[in-house]
Amino acid sequence: MPGPIQSIERAAAILRLLAQGSGRLGLTEIANSLGLARGTAHGILRTLQLVGFVEQDEATGKYQLGAALLHLGTSYLDVNELRSRAINWADALAARSGEAVRIGTHLQGRVLVVHHVFRPDDSLQTLDVGMLLPLHATAIGKVLLAFDANAAAALHDAVRDGELEQFTRRTARTQREMSRMLATVREHGWASDADEAGMGEAGVAAPIRGYGGLVVGAMGVSGATERICDSGGRPRPELVGYVRDAARAVSRDLGASRW
Amino acid sequence: MTQRYVMSIDQGTTSTRCILFDQRGRLVSVTQREHKQHFPRPGWVEHDAVEIWRNLERIGPQALAQAGIGPGEVAAVGIANQRETTVLWDRRTGVPVTPAVVWQDTRTGTLVDELSRHPDAHVVRERCGLPLATYFSAPTVRWLLDDTDGLRERAERGEVLFGTMESWLIWNLTGGPDGGVHVTDVTNASRTLLMNLRDLDWDPVLLGFFGIPRAMLPEIRPSSETYGVARRVLPGVRISAALGDQQAALFGQTCFHRGEAKCTYGTGAFLLLNTGTEPVASTHGLLTTVGYQIGDQPAVYALEGSIAITGALVQWFRDGLGIIGTAPEIETLARTVDDNGGCYIVPAFSGLFAPHWRSEARGVIVGLTSYITKGHLARAVLEATGWQTREVVDAMNADAGIALTTLKVDGGMTSDNLLMQFIADVLDVPVVRPMVAETVSLGAAYAAGLAVGYWPDLEGLRRNWHRAAQWTPAMDPKRRADEYDNWRRAVERSFDWIKPTAGRAGP
Ligand SMILES: Nc1ncnc2c1ncn2[C@@H]1O[C@H](COP(=O)(O)OP(=O)(O)OP(=O)(O)O)[C@@H](O)[C@H]1O
Ligand SMILES: [Mg+2]
Repeated sequence: MPGPIQSIERAAAILRLLAQGSGRLGLTEIANSLGLARGTAHGILRTLQLVGFVEQDEATGKYQLGAALLHLGTSYLDVNELRSRAINWADALAARSGEAVRIGTHLQGRVLVVHHVFRPDDSLQTLDVGMLLPLHATAIGKVLLAFDANAAAALHDAVRDGELEQFTRRTARTQREMSRMLATVREHGWASDADEAGMGEAGVAAPIRGYGGLVVGAMGVSGATERICDSGGRPRPELVGYVRDAARAVSRDLGASRW
Repeated sequence: MTQRYVMSIDQGTTSTRCILFDQRGRLVSVTQREHKQHFPRPGWVEHDAVEIWRNLERIGPQALAQAGIGPGEVAAVGIANQRETTVLWDRRTGVPVTPAVVWQDTRTGTLVDELSRHPDAHVVRERCGLPLATYFSAPTVRWLLDDTDGLRERAERGEVLFGTMESWLIWNLTGGPDGGVHVTDVTNASRTLLMNLRDLDWDPVLLGFFGIPRAMLPEIRPSSETYGVARRVLPGVRISAALGDQQAALFGQTCFHRGEAKCTYGTGAFLLLNTGTEPVASTHGLLTTVGYQIGDQPAVYALEGSIAITGALVQWFRDGLGIIGTAPEIETLARTVDDNGGCYIVPAFSGLFAPHWRSEARGVIVGLTSYITKGHLARAVLEATGWQTREVVDAMNADAGIALTTLKVDGGMTSDNLLMQFIADVLDVPVVRPMVAETVSLGAAYAAGLAVGYWPDLEGLRRNWHRAAQWTPAMDPKRRADEYDNWRRAVERSFDWIKPTAGRAGP
């Protein structure tokens, strides 16, 4: 087993230091207190600042604990903030794919729709924002199950008599079936559904990630199965490409660097 | 190499954005950078024009990099900008000679009062279509020329140049002190109080009235036409459009026909109605302004309902009060309660614009009781935008003689579902958002693309417009009427706050 990681230890020490006393310290004070080179301390502080655990006062240059630390227990990214940050790319995805776009987050064992862009054909459609969707029968839900440990745990609790709720004859029935499906989702980095939440409905979705790769939601297109899938019943590859590109663009804007 | 994209620069009040669009009007890449808001005294609002230029130097190339292309693949760039904000700079060094004075700034209050009492004051509205107000550029330029020793003389000799942000950016892009092109477009010029609304040229009577030397003014050009080629930031790219941001949004919403209207929700909110090729005077507190001019075609005019503070109130809640961490959290907070609890906020931070035009008004919060929580305040913040919209829509309906049947919206606040639903509720008409929320940018791109033949005509652009979301009214009529009545009573309480005798603040 590898030993402790030094920079994490140092980051923890800096947070402890800032949590004590007046809570506002300059770079030199922090470096001196921990016996670090200024450059080293600065690098760690910059990273902590990036993830919101530390804030720097503009006027004095002093550091203090960040708001994100104080709200660690609550939602990582406000859902309205997520919508606001994703709106441009969600629009572009709808325009490119010709399909409706939805963004969802996990809420108590369901998918909460936090954003919805109409299919760009100017037909009558109503906003789905605020609607709850099943985790195990939608592409967005599967992405959340695959990448968000809390969603997976909540689904576990929702299973009754060893069976998942059935919407069509194609809805996944057992936990085991689900696990196999989710392994594929993790491997591919995207999910799809076809005739699983309702006959004739299909979708493709990919994860939205924030700092450090944490999955904060999923974004996808949904529409008629015959448009989303090819004749072999598989999602059309160009749609998958559009969805993944859009989700990646949002993730990049949210600070996820590697995805 | 084929030129596959058009770029837009949206130089807004709070940030600058660069966006690349493809031929179908779809967003390909977007970069953005905020600049600092300086509030040196109550009522003063300034920007640093150099900071804004530096931001563009950064985000322009970043937008290209994000799309993985070089400037050679960009057919043209169009600029949309915060309007009226005044930059004065030295032609030789390219350095601004004063901070940029932002459209929200009210330092010219006393000067505007004095000018309004002048027997010739009626020439202003007659010739430029706008009321004399601190909002527009001419009083600001006059104030700055009076305020700094020797500035007027240098302006008369053409050593100091005036421009709104599009002029400043185009001048810098085309070489700055080294051959920079000093131009503005009809829409921006129509906001100075110095342009004759029919001739579309600087009006000698208005220049005389405000005492502003012609030598410092840019040349007025159509909104869609190539002004020059960028030598910096986007080398070789044609600069082919400039429009005030609100006019750009009208264009981006493809409101090309008489009677079509949109409302853009950013720092402030601006409802514009296309009135065709004739300027129409308002009798209900709206502005007559130029909508756009394509090449040598006749200019298209618009009626405008300007609301100074909408998103800026949210911004104040975030930065001034620190109650929320990000603007969208206002919706989260507002949803913690069911109603405003009897509380109303009238954000008359820069006086009240349309339809009141009360420069002496200041903001009020009314209906405070121990019952009120920050959730109620958050509701009141959002509702202020709804009711202000209702007031300008009422004015627009009265002026136009027909009622609006749907409201087309765009801008950053349209991501707020609670707010959009509230607007539909108080207007009692559906509210519709198009597929490109960045409509300001899209409009600038459209105008630039048209100028260079990247897009053939307006009708083709209309086909790109699609509905992305719609909110349907669902408010009980009695409640709507009661709440509107409360709002109007709150507005009355904001009036007459600044005393008429108050002199100019500070030295
Ligand atoms: N979800 C939201 N709810 C309410 N207000 C919001 C929300 N998101 C953003 N805003 C407000 O919208 C404004 C940003 O919108 P936008 O980006 O269109 O404005 P802007 O282009 O910066 O404005 P300007 O062009 O005047 O600078 C800010 O004032 C912000 O407070
Ligand atoms: Mg804007």
